[in-house]
Amino acid sequence: MSSTTTKNGRIGDILLEVKGLKKYFPIQRGLLRRTVGYVKAVDDVSLYVRSGETLGLVGESGCGKTTASRCIIRLYEPTAGQVFFKTRALSPDGTPKMVNLLELSREEMNRVRQEIAMIFQDPINSLNPRMTVADIIAEPMVIHGKYVKGESEERIIELLRRVGLRPDHLRRYPHEFSGGQRQRIGIARALALNPSLVLCDEPVSALDVSIQAQTLNLLQDLQEEFKLSYIFVAHDLSVVQHISDRVAVMYVGKVVEMAGAEELYNNPMHPYTEALLSAVPKPDPLYKSDRIIMQGDVADPSNPPSGCYFHPRCQYAVDLCKQKAPEFREVKPDHWVACHRAEELKLRGI
Amino acid sequence: MAVAAAPAVPAKRKELSQSYWSLVWYRFKKNKLGVFGGILLIVLYVSFALIPEFLAPYALENRSQFVEAPPTPIRFVDEQGRFQAPFVYGLERRVDMVKRLRTWVPDTDRKYPVRLFVQGDEYLLLGLIPMNIHLFGIDADPREARIFLLGADALGRDYLTRILYGGRLSLLIGLIGQFLTIVLGMTLGVISGYYGGPVDMFVQRFTEFLAAFPNIPLFMALSAAIPNYWSPIAVYFMLTIILAFLGWGGLARQVRGLVLSLREREYALAAKSFGASDRRIMFRHLLPGTTSHVIVIATLSIPGMILAETALSWLGLGLRPPLTSWGTLLQDAATIRAIRFTPWLLWVVPPILLTIFAYNMLGDGLRDAMDPYSGRG
Repeated sequence: MSSTTTKNGRIGDILLEVKGLKKYFPIQRGLLRRTVGYVKAVDDVSLYVRSGETLGLVGESGCGKTTASRCIIRLYEPTAGQVFFKTRALSPDGTPKMVNLLELSREEMNRVRQEIAMIFQDPINSLNPRMTVADIIAEPMVIHGKYVKGESEERIIELLRRVGLRPDHLRRYPHEFSGGQRQRIGIARALALNPSLVLCDEPVSALDVSIQAQTLNLLQDLQEEFKLSYIFVAHDLSVVQHISDRVAVMYVGKVVEMAGAEELYNNPMHPYTEALLSAVPKPDPLYKSDRIIMQGDVADPSNPPSGCYFHPRCQYAVDLCKQKAPEFREVKPDHWVACHRAEELKLRGI
Repeated sequence: MAVAAAPAVPAKRKELSQSYWSLVWYRFKKNKLGVFGGILLIVLYVSFALIPEFLAPYALENRSQFVEAPPTPIRFVDEQGRFQAPFVYGLERRVDMVKRLRTWVPDTDRKYPVRLFVQGDEYLLLGLIPMNIHLFGIDADPREARIFLLGADALGRDYLTRILYGGRLSLLIGLIGQFLTIVLGMTLGVISGYYGGPVDMFVQRFTEFLAAFPNIPLFMALSAAIPNYWSPIAVYFMLTIILAFLGWGGLARQVRGLVLSLREREYALAAKSFGASDRRIMFRHLLPGTTSHVIVIATLSIPGMILAETALSWLGLGLRPPLTSWGTLLQDAATIRAIRFTPWLLWVVPPILLTIFAYNMLGDGLRDAMDPYSGRG
């Protein structure tokens, strides 16, 4: 696919573009494992990431953020969609080209995986308890045949220093570290192969608040130093605000709004974003909350409502919202939203 | 106080950076019964499997005229009541006219001193070093007098010698068979758990089939399938394979269950996200998580293997003479006549029991040491 398909005319600047990504998990019942329905965990996600920027991906628990990020790197095979990624790994001379990751063979995909790393949510479970820190960080290099005795050991020590750990931690096991330190080990592992894109799957939500800030700052420093792009999955809008250049908001498997962080926080155009923003706690004891309390529950992804998935809970919903699913469209430059009434509503930001 | 506290800090540090296995070892060492079982097993394996030639006073097939001679006690006091260096009396043949049986009685005129490290039958130590020194024996022409600590069998062979040699096959069949079981069970278990779907379905149904099939007829069928012109050693290995083939199912199921939970851990996903092959994920990330469990199960099920060999050979389905194992020895002891007139042939039972106790003690100790819920201590 040529780069003319990218948006905004910022040709060549886009590192990753996801179009219409879907992941349906079958629900099987009975002795014969008959498929009786699907959980639409990811249902039409479209987003893009430019090189060097951070895209925050926010939404409630169970809205498909994690599934979407795992589909991008094909830990789960998506049901439909396209994932374009600018990779150097597949051309013999190392020139970058856009490829659809979902069309790659297993072997090609594994080569591309050098350029997309992942940081996981749970720092206890994401490190193999039987391996030393040195082995854990070396593993990506070993897998891709890039482990050179001596040289790579120096690089591992350098990585450890860079994420704020000491070289004498090398021979230790994960259980000997605190949560924040373990997450740093995970970050060092993610950087081992010099990736261009790092998928951060709620990397700080399992950490204490004080450690969260340290880890976020570390991620920002590393981004500057190594020219990384992040997809930063989180459920905490204040965390995302701190780190993101742009933010995509997900609701029941769909991206409902995507815009620059500033723009989205000041000037939300989707009622769901407005409701989320009103729930962000403010560090002011005198502040009187006028939080929007949504009625009803999060839609069931195995049996979503008609039209716009958000309409049963939306205070601005009209008849059209019940009948027709809104298109995800660019309302202002670089501000995408899936709402029929995006232009007419005046919504409240922070 | 500060002086006393100072060395404690580095000591604690050292302990902290121990691997899982050194922690297991640390906890295992505290379990007296487990350590005792382990040491007992080492002693058993060394004496029965490694150096029975040296410990036994005679060669395995060394026959003599002393048919069904009873055990000869080592004496320290002669018939005049004088204390002496250890010796045995010679044996004199009598015929019991009432029972119409040949019997052996001590001949107090002939005394043979018991010595350590005597020269006797030639053998190869560990299959390599030619030697003729035996741990103990008597200074006598073997045609004239012998020492039978546990009696002699129907061909006049020393029964202690036979038990020592027989242990080799019986103990090794447990180890080799269990090793094959582990290889088969772990490999199929991890494949079944990792891939799931039709592969899992097939492996699981196959293990169920094996588990549901009645064991004795299956043994009989498989043993009958071994051609009788095969050499005894080939039969031995075939029997090992049969035992392993029937035993891997349970282990495979347990490994599968563990893998099912381990593969959902994020570290397995992490390896996959970095492009690790299925083989690497299975054997580097998933299998090590099951080893502690497998070691415990394996240790506790080796006695089952040894007993299976013994039982099969006793039934005449397993090893056959001239191979000597505890099972074939038991076969000799399994007649009313043997129990009535040559009860010393039952001396083969204590080593079997000892081995099984030792394995169970070791297995229990290992389980306590490896169980993460047993508490640190």
